[in-house]
Amino acid sequence: MTTLTKPVEDAAPAASGAFLSVRDLYVRFSTEDGIVKAVDGLSFDLERGKTLGIVGESGSGKSVTNLTVLGLHNPRTTEVAGEIVLDGQELTGASNRTLEKLRGDKMAMIFQDSLTALSPYYTVGRQIAEPYVKHRGVSKREGRARAIEMLEKVGIPQPKLRVDDYPHQFSGGMRQRAMIAMALVCNPDLLIADEPTTALDVTVQAQILDLLKDLQQEFGSAIILITHDLGVVSNIADDLLVMYAGKAVERGSVRQLINEPQHPYTWGLLGSMPRLMSDVTEQLTPIPGAPPSLLAPPPGCSFHTRCGFTDLVGGGRCSAERPVLPEGRGSACHLTDEQKRSVFIETIQPRLG
Amino acid sequence: MLRFLVRRTLGAVVILLFISAFTFFLFFAIPHDPALLSCGKNCTPDNLKIIHHNLGLDHPVPVQYYNFMVRIFTGYHYSAGNCPAPCFGYSFANSELVWPTLMDRLPTTLSLAAGGMAVFLLIGLATGMLAAWKRGTMVDKVFSSASLVLSSMQIYFIGPLALALLVYNNQILDQPKYVPITDNPVAWFNGLLLPWCVLSIIFTANYTRMARSTMIEQLQEEHVRTAVAKGMSGRYVFFRYAWRGSLIPIVTILGIDLGSLLGGAMITEWTFQLAGLGRLALDSVLHADLPMLMGVMLFSATMIVLFNIIVDAAYAFIDPRVRLS
Repeated sequence: MTTLTKPVEDAAPAASGAFLSVRDLYVRFSTEDGIVKAVDGLSFDLERGKTLGIVGESGSGKSVTNLTVLGLHNPRTTEVAGEIVLDGQELTGASNRTLEKLRGDKMAMIFQDSLTALSPYYTVGRQIAEPYVKHRGVSKREGRARAIEMLEKVGIPQPKLRVDDYPHQFSGGMRQRAMIAMALVCNPDLLIADEPTTALDVTVQAQILDLLKDLQQEFGSAIILITHDLGVVSNIADDLLVMYAGKAVERGSVRQLINEPQHPYTWGLLGSMPRLMSDVTEQLTPIPGAPPSLLAPPPGCSFHTRCGFTDLVGGGRCSAERPVLPEGRGSACHLTDEQKRSVFIETIQPRLG
Repeated sequence: MLRFLVRRTLGAVVILLFISAFTFFLFFAIPHDPALLSCGKNCTPDNLKIIHHNLGLDHPVPVQYYNFMVRIFTGYHYSAGNCPAPCFGYSFANSELVWPTLMDRLPTTLSLAAGGMAVFLLIGLATGMLAAWKRGTMVDKVFSSASLVLSSMQIYFIGPLALALLVYNNQILDQPKYVPITDNPVAWFNGLLLPWCVLSIIFTANYTRMARSTMIEQLQEEHVRTAVAKGMSGRYVFFRYAWRGSLIPIVTILGIDLGSLLGGAMITEWTFQLAGLGRLALDSVLHADLPMLMGVMLFSATMIVLFNIIVDAAYAFIDPRVRLS
């Protein structure tokens, strides 16, 4: 089990044993319109060999968080505060040279759109071999042999021929496989997959997820899977973190989140997800409204503008007081545990079928 | 590739035919009789008629155009002498054969274009890339504003100014002149140094700005970010990933610039009194010298069309997506 512990107040040292530990992470962009609070006090832990799913709508800060882990944010316009500790090494203040050595070797990333994320000018094989040649200091020939090996591992037929192809000669699913091969070429301990299946057909999606699972078993990497699709993440993740407007609003194991979700936003996500077993005539329930502007997030609970349960809390607490995400399993919501349980069982669950 | 070249060459022929017809017929739309030029002081209607006949101007214009075009390929025996193919006829102004005159002027233009290109490519791309690398810093701001100022300059302004300052008043540089490189390479270089620099000032500024903007654009591409994410160094990403993508727009503009430079750098040649194709074009217009004008026009147009084809073929080497589809 991944330990998803420690509330905001208790910023524990990284020596707690977690492989990746993010503490009180704040990421702010300065834009022409003002300062965007993209990530606002986020904390989570991840252990080796485990998979953490981060779920949320577009603009909830999931991608930004993970780009910041790799140090891929633009240092001129971005302000980062807090701690990111990978295997005992502090990353937030690390030099570019240090990060360069870690990227692609110890931590790697799979991007969403494999067509734009692979360079059109170089062969797939060369792009896969590059990090291996650099980090392992091997010759180009060995790099190429490794690229062929990796292509075979991710299930590309005839890897010896396809290694010299350019990305545009691959199909979408094959390109995504090639990108996974590129990310895993140095056996990274941490793999961040940013919506790795969003751009793919449903059938290919399942294959890619299976592939990630198999490769995790082989290499023992820790995986962060970013997605807006609870269906994708519930298949593969051990733990889930639900993000809204730059903050974590609920965390727990996959089973806990699917079976007894506590936060009204998580209910909304579950309600807007189509289910195979449900009646065809049954309507999906979208979450009303749009995510708030991160330039000026609403006061109190940032979800209160779209939440249908603020009356149950009463006293205007939702718009005044920011709810705290408790230690471990829990949600950042002013409803009492009893209310959360009863509302879910009485109103939400019947709708989910 | 072969099919591509054949197709483009056929297209080029059509374009050149169109340009030649356009130039030819437009020339006769000018209310000006080229025969008056060689008629002299005691011009009588009879004399004029003879000259008209000698120059072939007594035929209808379409027939003249047809004859002109056919003679380019077949050559022609004039009463004054033989004109082998490619025959553009004799100059109305000085009775020289057009094609040998063109070939005589070409080395000057060629030298001017090649040297100018070396200067503006080297300096323009280097400063542009440096500005992109140091984006937002003082270096970037200095280069960017300098290129903006320089690109709003005009050759006919900086040219004489540079001549006055560097040649006539202070004798730092030689008087610009063309000496064939085969005769004396040092004199060739010294004679053209000032024209090269002046010619390339505006080009340099353009290339600085373009290299900067395309590099910055490329650096924001997702595949460039992927390269960073897999641990490649900033320099490697800059020169291998971003630079590769910047090549296409740069090669495109370079092809157009080079094509038009080889057709003659009119203002530069005029400013520095260099006898190149640009000067020739200017003089032939001023003298209503139709055969010479047609010769220069067709030569320049051929250069531009040719470099367009070269650029398109170069895309295939730069971008594998073009190569295979």
